[in-house]
Order: sequence, then structure tokens, then C-alpha cells
Amino acid sequence: MDLVFLADTFVTLLGGVPLLLQLTAISVSVGAVLAVLLALMRLSGNPLLDYPARGYVFVFRGTPLLVQIFLIYYGLGQFPEIRQSVAWPFLRQPYWCAMLALTLNTTAYATEIIRGGILSVPFGQIEAARACGMSRLLIFRRIILPQGLRTALPAYGNEIILMTRATALASVITLMEVTGIASKLVSETFRAIEVFACAGAIYLIINFLISRAIALAERRLSPQLAAPPAAPEPAR
Amino acid sequence: MTTPAISLKGIRKRFGDLEVLKGISLDAAEGDVISILGASGSGKSTLLRCINLLEVADAGDVVIGGEAIAWKPKRDGGREAADRAQVERMRARLGMVFQNFNLWSHMTVLENVIEAPVHVQKRPKAEAIAEAEALLDKVGIADKRNHYPAHLSGGQQQRAAIARALAMHPRVMLFDEPTSALDPELVGEVLRVMRALAYEGRTMLVVTHEIGFAREVSDRVLFLHQGVIEADGRPDEIFTAPKSDRLRQFLARTMPA
Amino acid sequence: MGYFELMGFGPKGWGLLLAQATLMTIAVSVTAFAIGAVLGGLLAWARLAGGRGIGIAAETYVTVLRGIPDLLVIYLLYFGGSSVLTSVMRWLGNDGFVGVNAFAAGAIAVGIISAAYQSEVYRGAFGAVAKGEIEAARAVGMGRMLMFRRILAPQILRFAIPGLGNVWQLALKESALISVVGLTEILRQAQVGAGSTRQPFVFFITAALLYLLLSTVSGWGFNRAEAAAMRGVRRA
Ligand SMILES: Nc1ncnc2c1ncn2[C@@H]1O[C@H](COP(=O)(O)OP(=O)(O)OP(=O)(O)O)[C@@H](O)[C@H]1O
Ligand SMILES: [Mg+2]
Repeated sequence: MDLVFLADTFVTLLGGVPLLLQLTAISVSVGAVLAVLLALMRLSGNPLLDYPARGYVFVFRGTPLLVQIFLIYYGLGQFPEIRQSVAWPFLRQPYWCAMLALTLNTTAYATEIIRGGILSVPFGQIEAARACGMSRLLIFRRIILPQGLRTALPAYGNEIILMTRATALASVITLMEVTGIASKLVSETFRAIEVFACAGAIYLIINFLISRAIALAERRLSPQLAAPPAAPEPAR
Repeated sequence: MTTPAISLKGIRKRFGDLEVLKGISLDAAEGDVISILGASGSGKSTLLRCINLLEVADAGDVVIGGEAIAWKPKRDGGREAADRAQVERMRARLGMVFQNFNLWSHMTVLENVIEAPVHVQKRPKAEAIAEAEALLDKVGIADKRNHYPAHLSGGQQQRAAIARALAMHPRVMLFDEPTSALDPELVGEVLRVMRALAYEGRTMLVVTHEIGFAREVSDRVLFLHQGVIEADGRPDEIFTAPKSDRLRQFLARTMPA
Repeated sequence: MGYFELMGFGPKGWGLLLAQATLMTIAVSVTAFAIGAVLGGLLAWARLAGGRGIGIAAETYVTVLRGIPDLLVIYLLYFGGSSVLTSVMRWLGNDGFVGVNAFAAGAIAVGIISAAYQSEVYRGAFGAVAKGEIEAARAVGMGRMLMFRRILAPQILRFAIPGLGNVWQLALKESALISVVGLTEILRQAQVGAGSTRQPFVFFITAALLYLLLSTVSGWGFNRAEAAAMRGVRRA
């Protein structure tokens, strides 16, 4: 095995990591906010809010991400109205198209994850909050959201890992993240196996780190699941 | 005559075909301790929940401290509270203790107790903490203030829930079978706290199956049967000389021999 | 030209080509899913019953395949396979580039990813089979093979149906990625149409609708299968 080549490849591929992380971080964080809104629409009990949110989730989960990327990157340019709009300087760039597609896509999956988390909050705790005179917004902010997000965290961690994998599709519309750089290297060196294996290793390392971080966050955010405080504290 | 702490007039409530409350009227004076007895399904919980508007009564008036809840019709023919802010304000004047404690599991005991004072009543946090600690001391779990509910026994959780309700300075405390989810050996510690509250002169409405407790601390006992108040009187009237047959049957079944 | 004429089966319509492409998507997804079923079953068995070494190997397989992008796996098999074939042919004295078949590379790639997910589904389903039933089978003197065939396999399959439904949807969506190595399935055909008519939006929307149709119909099928298989099982 050509260790020098592998090491060189690895270093070259690392150049794509910042872009990969950017695509993941921005799409996941914007998606999380949108997903909370959509989850609330799903749970509002108002069909005018529920059904559009349902439809959104159905469409974005039922179609391949690559189709969504093509639709945004190639499809939108078909319309002169869009080409003349203020959004066009963004929508003509593969970077923003990939970002938009990834965000819309993860929003759909995250909506269901967050909805599940919210539904898991015991109803009695919500009633107790009501009985204390808390407003709906306050109940959501102080009682439902913290517990719902914590319950959703493991599933959300999975979703983040799926998103780092999904960023590879950005290479199909010319973005030079890890997979994009790898394809370019392969076309120059014809050493597909070594290069793609190196790229795979990078994704594995990143995802390993992410899953560790999620596990850590889970433990930090769930003090009530840890052992109780050791020694009884003296009452003041 | 002074304004009653709680005044109910002709409260009716149905769930689908089942009419659970068939016109309940009740005045609770300041300082009254009223126990509510009744068979399972007789509508005791529903009555309490209509008072703090966790359920919306189909008809009748709820007046708390002289202020009547304002209603408005709903599209489906029912009604709802007209002003959500009023409901929230009224609820903050009533402390509710649930059968299943319903402590917020992501907060420590202390955080549970200061939550509403700080975020609903907007009191300074330091003040709320000082008071919460005094309350926890009073219910006997000051040493558990930094524990999460999951790490407490049922009796400790219920006492924390009582402290949480007291922290709002409620004018009336509502208890819905506060001891029936507890193991028998833990019932005593909760009743002790409730007894102390009764002797302090607090206004309390207590739904309970603890006949002994009702007899000892109540000023007044109500017996609910099939959605109406079947009997209403002082404990000795209710327990030693029950007039209603249904009440007699109920007592025969529930009183320890 | 109106939408239905463009997508219709007339002389200028793309209907026939898109229909063929849809069949191709189904064919490659089914093949991949079948590969995943066999391999996934073996992996699950390795993790449940195999020795320590085999178990760890199977677990690593699952971790790796779930941690690297699906696109990378397709590239690895297609380009890696081609370079291996090319060097084999060169060694046999046959110069020039030899390409792997896109269908085969794609189906195997999506299949080995699906195997990782399917093994988890089978493992979970095994866990759902009541331990008492296994003991009862042992108590009546069933051998391991007989017990697997008569007691375990039917129940595992039944409990696995909802999870397999999800994994099937994944395979269906991942099949769109095989378009990047030139297999004329739905997305590839839509790209061709988009290029030659300059109507990318119309073609990619049509592709999206076809995927939605496939996922809805198959989702409905899995629900039916689940309902049929769950007869006699009480659920909370
Ligand atoms: N949200 C609801 N929807 C439908 N029916 C309800 C609802 N809440 C209560 N009921 C019904 O109303 C009746 C009275 O219920 P309630 O909980 O008030 O009884 P209870 O006197 O508190 O009984 P218990 O001693 O068992 O707590 C019961 O038949 C119950 O099934
Ligand atoms: Mg009740």
C-alpha cells in the first residue's frame, strides 16, 4: 500500500471538511427552528395549520434529496420571475442551493422527531403548569420544550449524522466538499479505492465525534436521570 | 356577609352522553376546610377541575374571590372562558395538588417550587428561593431541595407538590385525592402536612377517601352522588347521623369496620 | 406544449421513457432491497448468535455503512470496481478501460447499505419475540433449526414489517443516487428530459411526483402487510 499517497490524499480531502461542517451546521440549526414551528403547526389541532405541515413533511420525506437539490438548482432557473428576483444572486449559486435543499429536507425529518418529543411530555405536568396560571407560551417555553428536546435528542443526533452524510450530495452540483474533492482526485489519479476509502474514513471520524458530543449533551441535559446528589445537604 | 372565597352556581358538565355534574352550587367561606366525598366516577375531580378551569363547565358560574369568570360562546355551541389572562390570573390564586403529583421532571424540587412565583408572578428570584426553602422546611423535605422528582418517594413528591402550590400564596388550596397514589406507609406524612395547613386557617377543598382525615379536620363535608350534592353538613352530621340512604351505604362500604 | 402533452405518451411526449425509467427504479430498488435482506439477515444472525469476533465484525460493518455517505459507497463500487476490473483485464493482456455495469454496481451499493439498516430491524424484531415462547419451544424439545423455522422466523418477519417498510423507502430514495453513474432510472431520465427541452423544473417536479407515487403505494402495501401479519397480536 502506498502510505505516502494515502497521507497526501487524506490531507487534501481534509480541505473539504470546513465546507461539510458549514453545510451541516447551518442547515441543521435553521432546520431545527423551522421544525419546531412545523411541529407546533402539526400539534395545533387547527386543520389549517396541521395539514400544510403534514403535506410538507410528506413531500420532503417522500422524495430523494437529490431530486430536491436538482429542483432548486436547475429547476428554479426555468422561471424568468425567479431569475429577475432578489433571490436570484443566491439561487444561482450551488452553495446556497445545496444549503436550501439540505435545510428544507432536514426540517421535514426534524419536525417528526420534535413532534414525538413534545408528545412525550406527560400531560399531567402540563396540567400542573396550567393550574399554576402559566400562559400557553410560558408552558411551552419552560415545561414542554426543554423536556421535549431532551427526549428528542438521541433521534436528533441520528439526524445530524444523516445530514453530514447528505452533504456529500452537494458535490453533484459542483461543491468541493470532501466527496467533491475525492471525485476530482479520482479523475486525476484513477485510484478510486484508496481515495474514496480515505474520504469514507473522514466521514466516519466526524460522525464518531458528533455521536460522542451528542452522548455528552444527553448526559449533561438529563441530570434527573443521573444518580441523586450523594450526601444529604444540611438544611439551611 | 363577607365575599366567599369560592362560589359556584349551578355548575353543569357533560362528557359526550354522560352528564357528570348536574348543577352544583357551593359557597366556600374564607378559612373553610371542605372535604368532598363520593364514589369513584361521581364527578369529584371534575368539580375541582371546573373550579380552576382545567375543565370548562357547560353551564353555571364560577366566582373566585368575588370575581366571576367571563364566558363567551364557542362555534360548536359550547362555551369557553372569554379572557385567557383572567383565567391565568384566577388559577394563580388557586393552588392545585394532583393525585399523581405532576411535578416537572426536568426541574429540581426547588426549581419546581420557584417556577411559578418567578415566571408567573414575576417575584424576585432571591425572594422566591428564600420562601421556597421555608416552605420545603415546613413540609419536611428541605434536605431534598436539589433532588429531581425521580429521586424522591411518592410521599416526598406529594409534599413537594404541596409546597409548589403554596408558593403562589393561593387563597384556596384544591386537593384531588392527594394520598390515593401513595403506598399506605407514606400516606401519614402527607396528611400531617395537610392537617397543619387546615389548622393554620387556610381555605381548602379536599377530595379524599380518607374518612378519618375528613372527619377530623373538615368544617364541612360534601357527599357527591351521580353529579349532585347528596349531602352537605358538619362532619358529625355526616358521619354520625347520615340522613341520606346513599350516604349511609357509601360510608358502610368505605368506613373501616 | 402543455404539461400533459409533454409528459404524455404521444409522439413528442416523454411518457414512455419516464415509465420505463420508473420500472428501472423499481427494478434496481427491489434488487438492492433483496441483497440487503440476505446480507442483513446474515449480519443480524452474526450479531445475535455468532462468536465474539464475528459479532464485532458485523457491528463494525453496520457502523461504517451507516456513517459514510451513500453516494460514496456508490462511487466506491462503481469506480473502484471499474479500476479493479481494468487492472485485471490489463493483467490478462487486454488494454483499455473496462466499466462496471451501473445497474449491478448501484444495486450492490444500495444493497449493502440497506443490509446495515435491515440487520438492525431484524435484531429489534428478534428482541420483540417473547422469551417465553422460545423457552416453550425448547421445552417441547424443538431443535435449534426447527425452532428458528417454525417459531422465530415467522414472528421476526412479522415484527420486522414496519421497520422494513422504512428501510424500503430508504432504498427507493437512495436508488436516485445511481443516476450519477449513468443508470437511466427516474432521476437520470428527468435530467435528460430537462436538458433537451430546457424545462428542468417541469421534469424534476415530475420525477418528485413519481417518487411520491412509488413511496405512497409501497407504504400502503406495507401497511396492509402489517395489518395482515399482526392478526392475533394485541397491541397497546
Ligand atoms: N375528559 C373526560 N372525557 C370523558 N369522560 C370523562 C373525562 N373526565 C372524566 N370523565 C368521566 O366523568 C366521570 C366523573 O369523573 P371524575 O374523574 O370526576 O370522577 P371522580 O369522582 O373524581 O372519581 P375517582 O374517585 O375515581 O377519581 C367518570 O365517569 C369519568 O369517566
Ligand atoms: Mg378523581
